[in-house]
Amino acid sequence: MRKTTHLILWLLIAVLTLTACQPAAAPEATPEPVKQFRVAVVMPSQINDLAFSQSMYDALNVIKSEMGAENFDFVYSENMFVVDEAAAAIRDYASQGYNLVIAHGSQYGSSLVEIAPDFPNTSFAWGTTVDTFTDKGITNVFAYEARSEQGGYVNGVIAAMMTQSNVIGVVGPIETGDAKLYVDGFKAGVAATKPEVVVNVNWIGSFSDVALASEAAQTHINAGADMLTGTAQMVVGAVGVAKEKGVLWFGTQSNQTSLAPEIVVASQVYKWDVVLRQIIDLVKAGTLGGTAFQIDLANKGEVIEYNPAFTLPAEVGQAAGAAIEGISNGSIKALP
Amino acid sequence: MEPKKRIRPINWLGPSIPFLAALAAFVLGAFMLLLLGANPIEAYAALIDGAFGSMNSIADTVVKATPLLFVGAGICVAFRGGVINIGGEGQLVVGALAATLAALTFTTWPAWALIPVCLLLGFLAGAVWGAIAGFLKAYYNVNEILTTIMMNQIAVQLMNYLLSGPIMDPVQIENGSFIPQTARFPAAADLPRLVPTRLHLGVLLAVVVAILVWVLLWRTTLGYRIRAVGLSPAAARRAGIRVEQYAMLALLISGALAGLGGAVQVLGVNHRMFTDGSATGFTSSAGFNGIVAALFGQLHPLGAIPASGLFGAMLVGANKMQRVVQVPSALITALNGLVVIFVVSSEIWRRQLARRQEMGAMREAALATAPAGEMT
Amino acid sequence: MIADLFAANVIIGILTSGIRLATPYLYASIGETFGQLSGVLNLGVDGMMLMGAYAGFYVTFHTGNPWLGLLVAILVGALMGLAMAFISVTLKAEQGISGIGVYLFGLGMSDLLFQKTLGTVETVSGFAPLNIPLLSDIPVLGTVFFSHNILVYGAFLLVPVAWFILNKTTLGLKIKAVGQNPAAADALGVSVARVRYATVTLGGALAGLAGASLSIALLNVFQQNLTSGMGFIAVALVYFGGWTPTGVLLGSLLFSSVNALQLWVQILGIPIPSDFAVMMPYVLTILALIFAVRKVNQPASLSKVFERGEG
Repeated sequence: MRKTTHLILWLLIAVLTLTACQPAAAPEATPEPVKQFRVAVVMPSQINDLAFSQSMYDALNVIKSEMGAENFDFVYSENMFVVDEAAAAIRDYASQGYNLVIAHGSQYGSSLVEIAPDFPNTSFAWGTTVDTFTDKGITNVFAYEARSEQGGYVNGVIAAMMTQSNVIGVVGPIETGDAKLYVDGFKAGVAATKPEVVVNVNWIGSFSDVALASEAAQTHINAGADMLTGTAQMVVGAVGVAKEKGVLWFGTQSNQTSLAPEIVVASQVYKWDVVLRQIIDLVKAGTLGGTAFQIDLANKGEVIEYNPAFTLPAEVGQAAGAAIEGISNGSIKALP
Repeated sequence: MEPKKRIRPINWLGPSIPFLAALAAFVLGAFMLLLLGANPIEAYAALIDGAFGSMNSIADTVVKATPLLFVGAGICVAFRGGVINIGGEGQLVVGALAATLAALTFTTWPAWALIPVCLLLGFLAGAVWGAIAGFLKAYYNVNEILTTIMMNQIAVQLMNYLLSGPIMDPVQIENGSFIPQTARFPAAADLPRLVPTRLHLGVLLAVVVAILVWVLLWRTTLGYRIRAVGLSPAAARRAGIRVEQYAMLALLISGALAGLGGAVQVLGVNHRMFTDGSATGFTSSAGFNGIVAALFGQLHPLGAIPASGLFGAMLVGANKMQRVVQVPSALITALNGLVVIFVVSSEIWRRQLARRQEMGAMREAALATAPAGEMT
Repeated sequence: MIADLFAANVIIGILTSGIRLATPYLYASIGETFGQLSGVLNLGVDGMMLMGAYAGFYVTFHTGNPWLGLLVAILVGALMGLAMAFISVTLKAEQGISGIGVYLFGLGMSDLLFQKTLGTVETVSGFAPLNIPLLSDIPVLGTVFFSHNILVYGAFLLVPVAWFILNKTTLGLKIKAVGQNPAAADALGVSVARVRYATVTLGGALAGLAGASLSIALLNVFQQNLTSGMGFIAVALVYFGGWTPTGVLLGSLLFSSVNALQLWVQILGIPIPSDFAVMMPYVLTILALIFAVRKVNQPASLSKVFERGEG
């Protein structure tokens, strides 16, 4: 017992000394007169995940190179998959006077509802969602979402036209959110193009189990699939199998061509800069929230990027183009 | 008694050893920071500032420590009872799920009824999860390390199942966005806040639970028997204690406390359940870190209180450090590991010191008094 | 639909996948079995696997030589094992907790190195599947057993080797003696510390090899947390196997085959929610133990520190 008491005492003293040594809370560098637009972003996975977080990181870099480093800067916290840690980060950024704080994950919503009212002069953006909390009297939150089913549909059209075996395999994490939308769109695209094609889906119950994703791809190939697609970070395992077996692959969220130039046909890529540009303009003009944005094929926030090393048959390219056109003008519905 | 020639000096060195060990780990971390091109002084200043710098950061530290303490208190019971519970992650999850189901079902209940029911259900769900491992150990001789590891995954998939359909927020389904989260709980289910920060009542509950665990283990027959089984199953059996049942009970209590921690977490912090596909997304590894906190606290529930606090501070501060010096979060995980390794390894010097002092004291006593009695 | 599970290609697929997936578990679990038999519980297997996976990948990526990668992976794993031995044997630290520390260190360090030296997900040409001449031509059996990469064969060869060492050599006898009764072994002149150092270092080397079997053979990629908790399952499988290589083999095959089976359950459209399908290997592993009648002999001194002269 005495040991424990001593431990407590020691810790207290150490902590107090250390905090006392702290230079009295250095006044958070008061924003200099320079009109630099400062963004902070909190992301659930890593900036190089070839998926959701990377798409935002890349977009911020695009904006930075457009506006110039003297006019735009951003900081990030990655791997914030734990919500209360993310909440602490969001609050901390807001209190440091960033112009825009981006909570890049739908799980951060309930934290944002609590934080945003405390910082009425800071603009927040979060996604993927459509909820800006205006019904809760909050005016400084933007929302954004990706219509991932649209690119999924286009990928589905291409895959359906190219399959010889009429079996296509899909590897997904859990059947929710962005992954579910993408897969539903993909299935719709296949069904609209070639109804007789079978789409097998494996939800492997994890965003990180690369080995199981790879085995799921093997299983699809054993079941006759000659086209594969999949979504979330762990699909790199499936891409590897596709490469080894010479089966074609369709990517989403980021351009996955670099993983296997031989077999990646096309990737749906998110261009969040389309949304960011609008939000930044609104914030500069004094509007701090209230609008829900989306990226889709029509506003070029979603782009189908083809692998230049892969020659797509002309009629397939035309069909894909027609699908993009149709979805953009509303004549094709990407979800059944 | 003869007057003692000198009062034994307060022993500062012993308890400071784990602290010095942690410091050594941070020194090693400083080299890693240098290699990454970051200023270690700036980084560690940020760490301390992030953990204790303001009301909000202190609150965050305490909130972070809360689930660690629930799990840690439970771990004290399990380890003292001679069983190992690596199932904290799963038990936190099922506890939170049970509380979630209650909060979403009894939406019209007032707070005084709803909160206790949610907490109780969380407690029971954790108890069931722990008891399954205990039951299989007691009656089928299935090792509890295996069961608790497997049960963690089963809990995660159960959570994923519930959140991808049965208890998904209806708004998500209506909007077609299918985010795996429930609706926000009714406000009556929110644990009251203590001061205008994120600090919630669950923190006090955790401390009370830790004290109760101390009472249980050292002031009740039940606790005595659990410890007897843990110390020597054979001796306990000879004394007529049903060893299997008490091992099972230890796992049950351990699971129940973790389950309660999960319920507190979801009612106090998140106010809705969500999943990122893994347990960590909800627990932030409290199921593992709680074990570490308990062992830092010498497997003593009261020792677990400051140990959880310290661990919470480190985790919260490290995130601030990531923000300020922009180092990869992976560094923080590695540093966390180093701290655990260094502190646990430093135990040997603390033990040696304690032994030496004990011997010294014995010698003194032997000199001072007549032939000493039995020393144990 | 359920009947579809018994189609030839499905069964072949399940068995082939099961064997492939069992590989990392086999290496890691057999390594852990050695450590536990001598009395050391190492919960840090997953961290060691991650470090091995990273090291093997990095070397293969830069040299193009998977053999060199394999060697480095084993060395890095052995180094981690040596560190674990130092912590748990020399410093006599509590084993459960130091294992968690080693796990966290490996998890963070492998990720940090990955970000700083590779930066993004890359691919390598690792060990390609190697059809064994003649044998792989046997219908059905050839595909299931003889069309894997070389590390798969290695894992299965390790089982009899480990069995032989543990049951037929003095070394094996010493390991078990140290685990069962360190004081007696010590009195007989067996160095408890030396034996434990050897087994834990071997365990680390095999964990590193397990990691390499993922990053440069099965998957040919490295990513943050590549093992995704496999090392913990490997520890669980040691208990499943009752500290025997054959038991570990059974456990690894059961767990992996059920995992392969659940993928087929989903593909064949058997109406079970995917989340429950994913649960199957975990549930069945527990159930199998409940119904298996077996004699368990846990090493008596497992996770207990040996203090000379305290008996």
